[in-house]
Amino acid sequence: MNILETSDLGRRCGADWALRDCTLAVPEGHLVALVGPNGAGKTTLLNIAVGLTAPTEGAITVLGDIPVGSPEALDRIAFVAQDMPLYRNLSVTDMLHLTRNLNHMFDIAYARDRLDDLAVAQKRKIGKLSGGQRAQLALTLALARHPRLLVLDEPTASLDPVARHDFMATVVTAMTDDGISVILSSHVLAELERVADYLVLLTQGAVRLHGVVDDLLRQHLLVTGPAGTPADPRWHMLESREAGAQQILLVRVDSPPGTPLPVQWEARPVGVEELALAYLRESTNYTRPVSVEATP
Amino acid sequence: MQVDKPISPVPSGSLSPIAYRLDPTCGVPTYLQLVQQVEHALRLGYLKPGDQLPKVREVVADLAINPNTVLKAYRDLEHKGLASGRPGQGTFVTGTLSQAGLPEIAGLRRTLRAWLVDSADAGLDEAGMVALFSSTLRDFRERRDDTDPDAAPTQFDTIAGGAA
Repeated sequence: MNILETSDLGRRCGADWALRDCTLAVPEGHLVALVGPNGAGKTTLLNIAVGLTAPTEGAITVLGDIPVGSPEALDRIAFVAQDMPLYRNLSVTDMLHLTRNLNHMFDIAYARDRLDDLAVAQKRKIGKLSGGQRAQLALTLALARHPRLLVLDEPTASLDPVARHDFMATVVTAMTDDGISVILSSHVLAELERVADYLVLLTQGAVRLHGVVDDLLRQHLLVTGPAGTPADPRWHMLESREAGAQQILLVRVDSPPGTPLPVQWEARPVGVEELALAYLRESTNYTRPVSVEATP
Repeated sequence: MQVDKPISPVPSGSLSPIAYRLDPTCGVPTYLQLVQQVEHALRLGYLKPGDQLPKVREVVADLAINPNTVLKAYRDLEHKGLASGRPGQGTFVTGTLSQAGLPEIAGLRRTLRAWLVDSADAGLDEAGMVALFSSTLRDFRERRDDTDPDAAPTQFDTIAGGAA
């Protein structure tokens, strides 16, 4: 089953396209990282996927063949928006009651247990909680709906490193316990290296790279060779640096794994961060698309 | 060899004698770090057949990493014949990697320590020792692979001794 399937999906904002020609098929069971610079279309794609924004063109379904925004989709998808929308003047207890009354399914016992585990005082007003606790509360409210898909928009942007670690630990524990799939957007590449096993990279409203992280890493190499030596014609060059005697290339390899390198070249595997950076740079340097991103 | 001892405080309630930790700077993929830490613990006798490996849920909650990464590491260990999963219970050690008994390892450790003292006396710093050891080891391996296997230890002795 695909948790997210889009074909030629696009959303126009005024004269510009916030997202265009987006075709994806993301299988279930992954933690999907949606990566890209500010204004790349991440939030637009997530808002379309959870049914908050209608696409201008193209088609999208979630969790098999469920249309976005349908009651079935709303019940099975939980979404935590970028600004963690919570009523700051309500106590945690009141927020739990409110959420229970506003939702079809809400496991209030689960929510209370989780908040106890996290030592969140439930009598307190939400505005008095720390940033990390507020984030955990928003996440708990989402998880207590027992979704099949959890969508998080820049969830850790405002958190300190400890709160960030704890937040991600909660997310991956829910994946382990309940087998949910997760899509999260972020521009902090370093933290994704550990948690994400599926990558979707967006720049300027277009998908540049997507796939299972292990497969992507297998298809790319960082090769080093003497300056002036011709590169293998089967390499698709993403980045090249020359330093006197040496040239260092980041390449996509289309030949099957295990193919010997040309003489005098050495290769080492790339990391997620290196790879994502190379694609982000490549798209700003060489292929500036006609459409320009609208500011959110 | 970025790990020396994979024993950090064992999370309470854990049934496993080991716990993992991650080095974000070493560039080794996360799943491989877990595999290497298990192998390391097997080599040094911290883990023996029958021991339980940390449960996927514990590892995930502790390190905040993707559960698929832990599953991949455990599949890899199963593939190597070092561990096997018991449905509903967890993953258990079934193989062993210690090629020598504990007394032999203690003896080798003493010899190595003497070599380290000699190297320090000769003016080598830690990085120098590691570089010399790895390059000698590589040499040893290459020579053993493509020539007479008996000649290799002598080569190792000469180079190590010469430097000290």
